[in-house]
Amino acid sequence: MRSAICSTRARREAIELAAPLLAIRNLTVQFRVDSGWVTAIDDVSLNVDAGECVGVVGESGSGKSVTALSILGLHARATTKISSGTIEYQGQDLLRARTSAMRRIRGSEIAMIFQDPMSSLNPVLTIADQISETLRQHQGLTGDAARKRVVELLGLVRIPDAARRADDYPHRLSGGMRQRVMIAMAIACKPRLLIADEPTTALDVTIQAQILELLRDLRKELSMSVMLISHDLGVIAEFAQRVVVMYAGRVVEDAPVAQLFRRPVHPYTMGLISAVPKLDSDAPRLHTIPGRIPSPQEIIPGCRFSPRCALVQDGCLDAQPSMQPAGDRQSARCPPRLLALGGRHA
Amino acid sequence: MPDPSGPIVEVRDLCKTFDVKHAGGVSTLHALSGVNFDIMRGETLGLVGESGSGKTTAGRILVGLIPATSGTVSLFGHSITEADGKAQLASVRSKLQFVFQDPFASLNPRMRIGNAIAEPLDIAGTHSRKDRKERVAELLELVGLPRNSVERYPHEFSGGQRQRIVIARALALNPDFVVCDEPVSALDVSMQAQIVNLLLDLQDRLGLSYLFIAHDLAVVRAVSTRVAVMYAGAIVETAPKAEIYSDPQHPYSRALLDAVPRADPDFVRHPVVAGEVPSLLDPPAGCRFHPRCAFATDRCRTEVPRLKASGEDRQVACHLFPE
Repeated sequence: MRSAICSTRARREAIELAAPLLAIRNLTVQFRVDSGWVTAIDDVSLNVDAGECVGVVGESGSGKSVTALSILGLHARATTKISSGTIEYQGQDLLRARTSAMRRIRGSEIAMIFQDPMSSLNPVLTIADQISETLRQHQGLTGDAARKRVVELLGLVRIPDAARRADDYPHRLSGGMRQRVMIAMAIACKPRLLIADEPTTALDVTIQAQILELLRDLRKELSMSVMLISHDLGVIAEFAQRVVVMYAGRVVEDAPVAQLFRRPVHPYTMGLISAVPKLDSDAPRLHTIPGRIPSPQEIIPGCRFSPRCALVQDGCLDAQPSMQPAGDRQSARCPPRLLALGGRHA
Repeated sequence: MPDPSGPIVEVRDLCKTFDVKHAGGVSTLHALSGVNFDIMRGETLGLVGESGSGKTTAGRILVGLIPATSGTVSLFGHSITEADGKAQLASVRSKLQFVFQDPFASLNPRMRIGNAIAEPLDIAGTHSRKDRKERVAELLELVGLPRNSVERYPHEFSGGQRQRIVIARALALNPDFVVCDEPVSALDVSMQAQIVNLLLDLQDRLGLSYLFIAHDLAVVRAVSTRVAVMYAGAIVETAPKAEIYSDPQHPYSRALLDAVPRADPDFVRHPVVAGEVPSLLDPPAGCRFHPRCAFATDRCRTEVPRLKASGEDRQVACHLFPE
């Protein structure tokens, strides 16, 4: 009897421990356009565990940024409809959270950095003013205490001569330095989850490498989870532990990073990996995926990748395939490939 | 008389400065400081570098969009930098074309595709109405677009398709040489591969020569015959493409290659180069890479390295390599 109680408690604790920090379940988001509502993301599910770095990769219109903005409730209310799904952060449903609770979560629990650091910074305020605002809002720091913390944060993101740079206006800084300021602002309240939406896309390649290195170090130092959104498979391969591949508003594959690149299951993932130009290849032509990315308005029966898929079968057009397990911690939305792989392994 | 077997493009000691006005007066921005390169017939020279390296400025001078400050540029044996440069440029104008990065900005949103592609023909005045129609259809087919695109407008096409339209327009007058400035960097990976292959196919079919300007080293490898690496307004290294990727000589070329993220989770990265690109308003003395270079010596801090031979068909501008 006693052992039964113990085991129940242990099981409950194990479940709590194993519960992801962030869990998105079957999220569908629609936007209003002239002709009605279009589905931007459809049935998106993904987890971010504590301390984990999840990469979300996809091309234009895949819905990766829409997913990220939904987490923080940053969509324009008048033109957005969250038709179904839940977003649970530490067990709390963010879609049903009160405005005051969301204000607290944004910044102090979940922080976000964007692609273009210049448009994210106010050009008429100094760096110190902008970072202090976050500190005042979330931690009540003012005056000398805030100033001290600002300089400390700028040092943490490795801005040289931090005490002097704090009084600079954004236009005085290079793109790489501006992104460092954005990161300083994002980590000001030691968030548990950092959402980085194409953080290095606007930067030169040597600066990109520096920023990725900085993010990697900060993730360890602050034991943060990171959700990294990128169109660049190289950035994803280097940074993420687990990868979620999106195509035309849907998640098509979810796998640990090594598995995704070694044994991609979904034909889109396979095509995308082989279409990336390689630094060490002398192939006379690049591998291509035929056709083009559909617009959200286009109605495509069944699998949305089917018009471009080399492995398409009759059944692919009948119904939207669901995500199914495809091996150890790997899942994909492609029944024919799963059947083929399963058959071979069996 | 131009030599038919010689280079179609010869650039010597090309310099370009811009005046930058600010509250304190006017400063001089040194965009290009002594750039040299040749392009042979049928070849693609990949010009690669980060922001501010001067690659776009070099491309713009080459097609006559902006004048050079000093140095010479000759195209098909005609020097466009001499006193009569304008006339010289006019005589070779129809042999050169360019394709820019942004296919959205390159097309007039109110002009139908057929008219956009035919515009060079209309300006040249070489085609009758019937020939014009046939040529447009031929060009659409060449770039892989349906013939019925003629009546449609740019907004009806995706980014990749628009870049095909821009390429069709560039090819209207049968150019020999096309400057492509970041032609695929605004496109998604799956679209990018299609356009790169199209440019390669067109080169095979039409015998085109390209100057391919890009920041993406892997894309440059896919299209180029030779590669020139630029840094802060100067070429630091040129080499046949296989060599520059397997054995980069200049410390900057190596740093640039090391910084590229690889789509391979097993790849182990070298340490990242520190620092940022210098301001071109006040560039460092000597080698412009010396403040970031792990191998810099006193000589690097004072003396500007010249581009010199460093192997078969290879040149490097670095004091670490013997004369």
